[in-house]
Amino acid sequence: MLGKLSWDAIPWHEPIPMVTSGVIVLVVLGVLAWIVIGGHLPYLWREWITSVDHKRIGVMYILLALAMLVRGFADAIMMRSQQAVAFGNDGYLPPEHYNQIFSAHGTIMIFFGAMPFVIGLMNFVIPLQLGVRDVAFPTLNSVGFWLTATGALLVNISLVVGEFARTGWLPYPPLSEATYQPGVGVDYYLWAIQISGVGTLLTGVNLVTTILKMRAPGMSYLRMPMFCWTSLASNLLIIAAFPVLTATLAMLTLDRYLGFHFFTNEAGGNMMMFMNLIWAWGHPEVYILVLPAFGVFSEVISTFSSKPLFGYRSMVVATMFICIVSFTVWLHHFFTMGAGPAVNAVFGISTSIIAVGTGVKIYNWLFTMYGGRVRFTTPMLWSLGFMITFVIGGMTGVMLAIPPADFVLHNSMFLVAHFHNVIIGGVLFAAFAGLTYWFPKAFGFTLDEWWGKAAFWFGFIGFYVTFMPLYIAGLLGMTRRLQRYDYEPWHVWMLIAAFGTAILFAGVACQVIQLVVSIRRREQLRDVTGDPWDGRSLEWATASPPPVFNFAVLPNVSADEPYWAIKQHAREQNRLRPEPEYEEIEMPRNSPTGFVCAFFATLMGFALIWHIWWLVALGFVGAYATFVVFAWRDVPEYIIPASEVARLDRENRSARKEALATYTGPM
Amino acid sequence: MTHGHGEDHFRDLDSAPGDEREEFELAAGVRGYLLGLFLATLLTAISFALPWTNIIWKPGIPVALVVFAIAQMGVHLVFFLHITTSPDNTNNILALAFGVLIVFLIIGGSIWIMNNLNRNMLPGGEQTQMQMGH
Repeated sequence: MLGKLSWDAIPWHEPIPMVTSGVIVLVVLGVLAWIVIGGHLPYLWREWITSVDHKRIGVMYILLALAMLVRGFADAIMMRSQQAVAFGNDGYLPPEHYNQIFSAHGTIMIFFGAMPFVIGLMNFVIPLQLGVRDVAFPTLNSVGFWLTATGALLVNISLVVGEFARTGWLPYPPLSEATYQPGVGVDYYLWAIQISGVGTLLTGVNLVTTILKMRAPGMSYLRMPMFCWTSLASNLLIIAAFPVLTATLAMLTLDRYLGFHFFTNEAGGNMMMFMNLIWAWGHPEVYILVLPAFGVFSEVISTFSSKPLFGYRSMVVATMFICIVSFTVWLHHFFTMGAGPAVNAVFGISTSIIAVGTGVKIYNWLFTMYGGRVRFTTPMLWSLGFMITFVIGGMTGVMLAIPPADFVLHNSMFLVAHFHNVIIGGVLFAAFAGLTYWFPKAFGFTLDEWWGKAAFWFGFIGFYVTFMPLYIAGLLGMTRRLQRYDYEPWHVWMLIAAFGTAILFAGVACQVIQLVVSIRRREQLRDVTGDPWDGRSLEWATASPPPVFNFAVLPNVSADEPYWAIKQHAREQNRLRPEPEYEEIEMPRNSPTGFVCAFFATLMGFALIWHIWWLVALGFVGAYATFVVFAWRDVPEYIIPASEVARLDRENRSARKEALATYTGPM
Repeated sequence: MTHGHGEDHFRDLDSAPGDEREEFELAAGVRGYLLGLFLATLLTAISFALPWTNIIWKPGIPVALVVFAIAQMGVHLVFFLHITTSPDNTNNILALAFGVLIVFLIIGGSIWIMNNLNRNMLPGGEQTQMQMGH
């Protein structure tokens, strides 16, 4: 009846997961009770859970990402503290628990921290920057989000019910085969990633279609803001790479569930094929994350330098160059697996070449700042921190790209330091820069600068104190994922890294305080006009927060920097453009499809993990039925009357008129 | 969904997926599909018939089959997937080119890598010989 599931699945005897999950369950129950008793449930259901508005979905993606970043950071604290104390003894984490922690840390940070954050930013920003009303497929967007949430939920359920994978964030066979991992850990990994992978793929299709097919009148490709370009490249990579991940994990699933031999050691299997295929997805995945990050920095640096982006076209070329070349470097993740020098040399060289694209971008950002009036706001600080940090990470990456050097550094702490250097310094810094930069657009008030800057300095310094020692430990020969060690020279570096983690913790605390303080001071921090940073792209041309239809009238793009041209014109003429003729607007209706679909997908995923076959059938039929019901809907849209559109737009126009009248800056 | 003022613009450039053309002619569409079906069937029939006849020099038959297979792909792309050279189709062509490139890179790359690995890791492989030489 319940497959492999029984009361033994709950780790009663392990205090750490039991206490943690107990606290989490209590908090979740408390929040749920507050929502239900406070009568917020109808509002949440109507305005958020069933919303197909790209802005709301973007915000929900980022909320999910923030929660998962905290979870992943909790894992990080445990790992750093374990390695700080586990010199010559077993520390406080038993090996099987420690192995689950580093596996969960990587899985959560990449799939449920970084990915939702980046996708959330893209979801929120792209339609606004393109000057359109929504993404191409609004309900699909909602389905994509909720399936991602399903994956995150399954990974977190593994904390309480059963166990998580002990294989690292990529389940390398033969360790991940049923022979060596008979428990449900790897199955949790497989189904969580497969379900959220479907969501990611849907989002990729959706956003590519949006960028290619839905742009404001006059917005040619070469007038799109840089963030749209990098997002286009990133989503093309999603479409091309995620099916590879799905297929690879499906083969491992067949091995585990049905006794196939794709990656086994015997019966004709070849485990190296798994490494080959997973990294054919894995390396493009790195660029899926970091290309939108480059886009965020381009927007931030241009805005806060009060200058157009330097070398826009070279930036476009560099982006598309990276998009293609990212599919030719994957072997550098397994130089040591035994391929010949010809293969290793080719992939080593292509890896060094891909750094050229990023190098071009670094110079573009430098020259964008050169001669500009740079404003050192929080997003700008994150961007500057990124440029310094990413150059260091890039250089250690080029070191690792040299096959002979990689034979020394492979799987060492040097590698760990390198990829944290580029992912934290690139993606996470961009996430925080983007969060502070677009927060006023999403909520109508800016974030507190003092706490934002404090968060930056703690994050920036904490990063260096944590990860520079890991480079040194790696050069001293320390391998990654050690639960304990007996070699004295590594110990001091682990202690310094643990101290760095404490600084990072202060940074995280500052981020939380920043949110709380800003919400309390929201009246003082109010963004009245919708253009708090003197922005240059179309998202700043509408109110903050934007009305559900984004733009009362789709903007006419007549210059390379759409909004800047409109604004300069208004400043020179000292008046806004004449009021347009408002028309009624059709918008897609909210739909619970995404939520219901994800509900059944969660049941199905959980049932597949525990071999509860009747529930698998129920979940599958339910998810499919949801889709059929949605496909047969009668009324897909509702109409916003012209008078309502006019009222909302006039409100914003009067605020802008006031701002224009008091404008004293340069023309 | 429609887009107020932007609506006309979208129609001028190209149409979004699912948008129906106003001047779409049913008869012409059906004719196109029938022609495609006829060509596809013809190419399939020829491919199956060829090995049983003496029209082509026997050892040349595999090459002929490859040619017919490529022609078959062309027929599918033009008549069923509507890949044409019209400016409307730039996105589709680019998407196809991108897809073909990625498939080529991943499949070609994988075959090369795994083949090299298998040869190299056998006793007496490239690396082993090098080490033994020293």
